[in-house]
Amino acid sequence: MRSNTRPATRPAPQDVAAVETRRTARLPTAQLVALALPAALLVAWFVATDVAQLFRANQLPAPTQVLRTAADLAAGGDLFRHVSASIGRALAGFGIGATLALLVSVVVGLSKIVEQALDPTLQGIRSVPSLAWVPFLLLWMGIGETPRVTLIAIGAFFPVYVNLVSGIRNVDRKLVEVGYVFGLSRADLVRRIIVPAALPYLLTGLRVGLGQAWLFLVAAELIASVSGLGFMLIDGQNNARPDIMMVSILTLALLGKLSDGLLRTVERRALAWTDTFQGR
Amino acid sequence: MSSTIRIERVSKSFKAGQPVLHDLNLEIRPSEIVSLLGPSGCGKSTLLRLLSGLERDHAGRLLVDGQEIVAPSRAVGFMFQEPRLLPWLTVRDNITFGLQVRDRRQTEPLVRELIEQVQLGECADLLPRQLSGGMAQRVALARSLATQPGVLLLDEPFSAVDALTRMRLQELLLSVWQRRRFTMLLVTHDIDEALYLSDRVAVLSGRPATVREIVHVDLPRPRDRRAQEMLQQRAHLLEALRVAGSNQLTGYGTPFGV
Repeated sequence: MRSNTRPATRPAPQDVAAVETRRTARLPTAQLVALALPAALLVAWFVATDVAQLFRANQLPAPTQVLRTAADLAAGGDLFRHVSASIGRALAGFGIGATLALLVSVVVGLSKIVEQALDPTLQGIRSVPSLAWVPFLLLWMGIGETPRVTLIAIGAFFPVYVNLVSGIRNVDRKLVEVGYVFGLSRADLVRRIIVPAALPYLLTGLRVGLGQAWLFLVAAELIASVSGLGFMLIDGQNNARPDIMMVSILTLALLGKLSDGLLRTVERRALAWTDTFQGR
Repeated sequence: MSSTIRIERVSKSFKAGQPVLHDLNLEIRPSEIVSLLGPSGCGKSTLLRLLSGLERDHAGRLLVDGQEIVAPSRAVGFMFQEPRLLPWLTVRDNITFGLQVRDRRQTEPLVRELIEQVQLGECADLLPRQLSGGMAQRVALARSLATQPGVLLLDEPFSAVDALTRMRLQELLLSVWQRRRFTMLLVTHDIDEALYLSDRVAVLSGRPATVREIVHVDLPRPRDRRAQEMLQQRAHLLEALRVAGSNQLTGYGTPFGV
């Protein structure tokens, strides 16, 4: 496994041993630190409900109850059905939105005139809150997967767009000149210099975009849906089952964290070449 | 593999500003090493960038082997003041960056030869962030030579490294040149560098730049940096530079100018 914290430059040979021991000593600590807060919250939740009974079960169900409900839902196949429906939508919407954003940002990033023509409109569309789209999407596309995936794609599009455009505009002119000196074609310049140089921004955009995809997913599933974690949430509310709502929320948290972790791993691998401040 | 450079009555001005180059003439023979020395901001780098095709819209003619320069070409190598390595590529991939053939098996012999010539034997798989300034500049040299250009243009290539590293890099550059014999045109601020490397030193006047004087350095290589002849030439160049720079106070391109 790669370490989260790597030295910015190669340590001198005599320092290697010291760095290695420091690194191995630090990693479990970092994970413990990260787990401390969720663990404390879980204990507090357990104490407040099962032990001290400060809340009624129809207000805040106990963690044990939530776990039982989750097990029941999993056994009945419902949980899997909802989770896979949501993952499918999130991925489809994210894939479409991110791909479109990649294409549009490259064109906008490369051309001043295209930027002047497109960017103000796109920024206007970006400032529309997600839920405001729902009535129109339903009106135009009916009730089905299309409006949901579209909504998620809109959500994923903008973070990727905004980040990649500013990434392209931040590419060092001096590196672009290296491409000119070797007579690179425009396509090669984009592929071999501009996109790699803007990669840190692109990956940040993708991570934020994926987060937005989950956000818009719930918005899409809250309305006119028969499956998905957002539906579970609204279904739990309608049937006065806060335990089901809690299962939905926790699953969303878990999926969001997992997918972000995956992208972070990709990011770390793809950006191993950067020489930037890593925090201390 | 070495080319002739002809600079015929070249003038250049930028859109908003005053003329940078005026009626500049210079001819460089195959395998010759010529330095451009002049007051800072006099347009030395602009001339180099015109020759590389990075800069356009000039009057007059720029010819490499009789061909007019219209765009950057693989026949003209360029080394910048900074290494400008692509930070996401290893040393090896940086060196092969300008090659049209991307096939490792085909480029490997050339890369191996270049890496050996710039003395980076163990570093082929390192990333730029792992290199020192001098090492990075050696990679940049190898990269600019990978396309086997007949001309190498160098824009103050060693000005960002310490004095000792600079001398080593100058020696290395000459050793590579002795094997490959490309024609070199070098912009520098450093009189000693110009004297150590060049067959001729062209002293430019202040803006707009013209060739003020050409000093021949007819000393055999390797040169002794402290030889009496070098010191005499040095004094002479210093004087020429002082004269060339002095018209800046009254001419174009100065705070006191027209």
